[in-house]
Amino acid sequence: MSVAWTDTTHQIAGGKLHLSRAGSGRPLLILHHDIGTADRLPFYDTLAGSYDVLVPHHPGWGKSERLAWMRHPRDIAAVHAWLLSELGLAGVTLVGLGFGGWIAAEMASQAPSAYRKLVLVGPMGIKPPEGFIYDQAIVSYIDYPADGFHDKAAFARVYGDVTTDQLEQWDLCREMVFRTAWKPYMYSQALPHLLGGVRSPALVVWGDDDKHVPISAAAVWQQALPGAKLETMAACGHYVDMEKPDELARLVTNFVNAN
Amino acid sequence: MHLMYFTEQPMAAYDAQEGLKYGATALTFSNRHFNPAEASRLYNEYLEEYVLAEESGVDGIMLNEHHNAPFCMQPRTNMFGAILAAVTKRVKIVFLGNPLPLSENPVQLSEEISMIDMISKGRVVSGFVRGGGQEQLANGVNPAFNRERFVEAHDLITKIWTEPGPFRWEGTHYQHRVVNPWAVPVQKPYPRVWIPGVLSKETVIWTAQQRYPYIALNTAIDATRTIWDTYSKAAADVGYTAGPENFGYLIRVHVQDTEEKALRNARQFMWMQGEFTGLAHPVWANPAGYFSPSGRRGFVEFAVGRARNPRGQPTFEEQVRDTMIVAGTPDQVIERLKHLIEQTRPGIMGLWGNDGTVPREDRRRCIELLGKEVMPALREHGAKLGLKDPWEANAPVHLRYSTDIPTLRAAAE
Repeated sequence: MSVAWTDTTHQIAGGKLHLSRAGSGRPLLILHHDIGTADRLPFYDTLAGSYDVLVPHHPGWGKSERLAWMRHPRDIAAVHAWLLSELGLAGVTLVGLGFGGWIAAEMASQAPSAYRKLVLVGPMGIKPPEGFIYDQAIVSYIDYPADGFHDKAAFARVYGDVTTDQLEQWDLCREMVFRTAWKPYMYSQALPHLLGGVRSPALVVWGDDDKHVPISAAAVWQQALPGAKLETMAACGHYVDMEKPDELARLVTNFVNAN
Repeated sequence: MHLMYFTEQPMAAYDAQEGLKYGATALTFSNRHFNPAEASRLYNEYLEEYVLAEESGVDGIMLNEHHNAPFCMQPRTNMFGAILAAVTKRVKIVFLGNPLPLSENPVQLSEEISMIDMISKGRVVSGFVRGGGQEQLANGVNPAFNRERFVEAHDLITKIWTEPGPFRWEGTHYQHRVVNPWAVPVQKPYPRVWIPGVLSKETVIWTAQQRYPYIALNTAIDATRTIWDTYSKAAADVGYTAGPENFGYLIRVHVQDTEEKALRNARQFMWMQGEFTGLAHPVWANPAGYFSPSGRRGFVEFAVGRARNPRGQPTFEEQVRDTMIVAGTPDQVIERLKHLIEQTRPGIMGLWGNDGTVPREDRRRCIELLGKEVMPALREHGAKLGLKDPWEANAPVHLRYSTDIPTLRAAAE
């Protein structure tokens, strides 16, 4: 299946925001991980077969310009909400991956009725009651993403022999994480209190071997988001979209298509 | 020439095997290996040694701070500075320096330095540093804003020292409702500020733009000259000619009555496996956003083991050969250092005398020989070469106090 992606640039909040878009149907905004994203991934391609899929790069990540004043994922959330508004899209489903899940939740908390549905995959953003969110500040550029996979072969399949360009990109991503989520590290103390008003049905997905965000946080998400469903992915790490792309696409499709 | 004594104050009283076993002696190397009774003994010995350094004739005592590591016992440089203000009479108390970005409250930092300046009756040199990468991690301070915090904290502190309060500070990283500390330095316009560093070109240029002396920390001769070139160009750009009073040099020197003993003890400079700041994961030393964007590629390769440390990791023998470590009898050391001084022409020199597990008696002997024999010879040699320190040169404390820059003079008039 070949998918025709279109790359565009949008002037948002003082910087250029990069957007990849493909497919048609209901709009799906995919918010990528803290380690950035490849331009194309099987998970994106599969969803683009059924939906109008939008994959922006967060400001400062990948091909989007850094906004020097940005200090919190909710700033990133506002930028993406601005993008949707500029594109004239309504009733969008948010698919937040890891760090992107936190951004999606911030978007929903700021506009509780605006989004059709929410899919949060191993989201950061809430302090786990047991364990800690993995501190990337003290591990190397390869160890951090590699530890986000249950199966090391899956990491190798996605990243191959990691290039120096990729390492540089990960360092830039890491710097952006520090600029926006340094303290408290990777969670908001306010967010759990602000999700109660969200009207969008929510699906929370967790890899059962997520070393980045302890699965103990899932219960807090379910408590905070009224009616949220939890799906656990067996033999899977933090990067569910890269380790189990077909399975995750199926879960998302079933959830999005349901009334 | 201003000649200082320096030691990292090593906390060497732990089982070195534990560090080797763990594979690191910094940041996460457990403090269960820290023995407070031994540290109490060492603190008091180091204090006595500073007093001995003053008695032996050194011009200044250089102090610093580090965190989470045995290589340096000072987590707060101002603490020893305050003690030295009371127990010494003559020496300059040279902070190299207070790590500004680590401070959440630069106003309080200014108060501490001011108190020490007053108690010491104006003997403070208030050096400032960015703090190494792992210091940011140990203190929970965002490495991505390190340089911005450094500059803003500096601007706030020097404003406190030069303008009467109360005033309000609404900066990017610091906000203070009422800045009005009832503690300001006795030295006017403010204590001399020296900036130590190793590598970062941006810091060298910023330092030259302030007209603050830059103190190269144990860099090789070639690297030191490169730093001076960078500094001199930046100085010329803002309208002055840099001289020896703008340059300082810290060098590891161990002196004993016999060469054999000196060389044996000097090997202790390598006790942290050759790393100044302990054996550490390279990622800790250069967390994302901490280092210059221009160095990003080199450091990410180093961090995953694909490249050598951009700072190099020379062996003991290489360091002795390259005059990064000088060891021997007073005559031998003087000869080597004279050569070094001729090559680098600093107005300020720090002699890092003791490290690791050098026995107490040897540490004291080293200090005596440094103060009574080595430093007088260097002072004389420096005078012959016209190497004036900032006081001898009557150098302005900051660029804005320059009297030799026509545009500044015009602006002031």
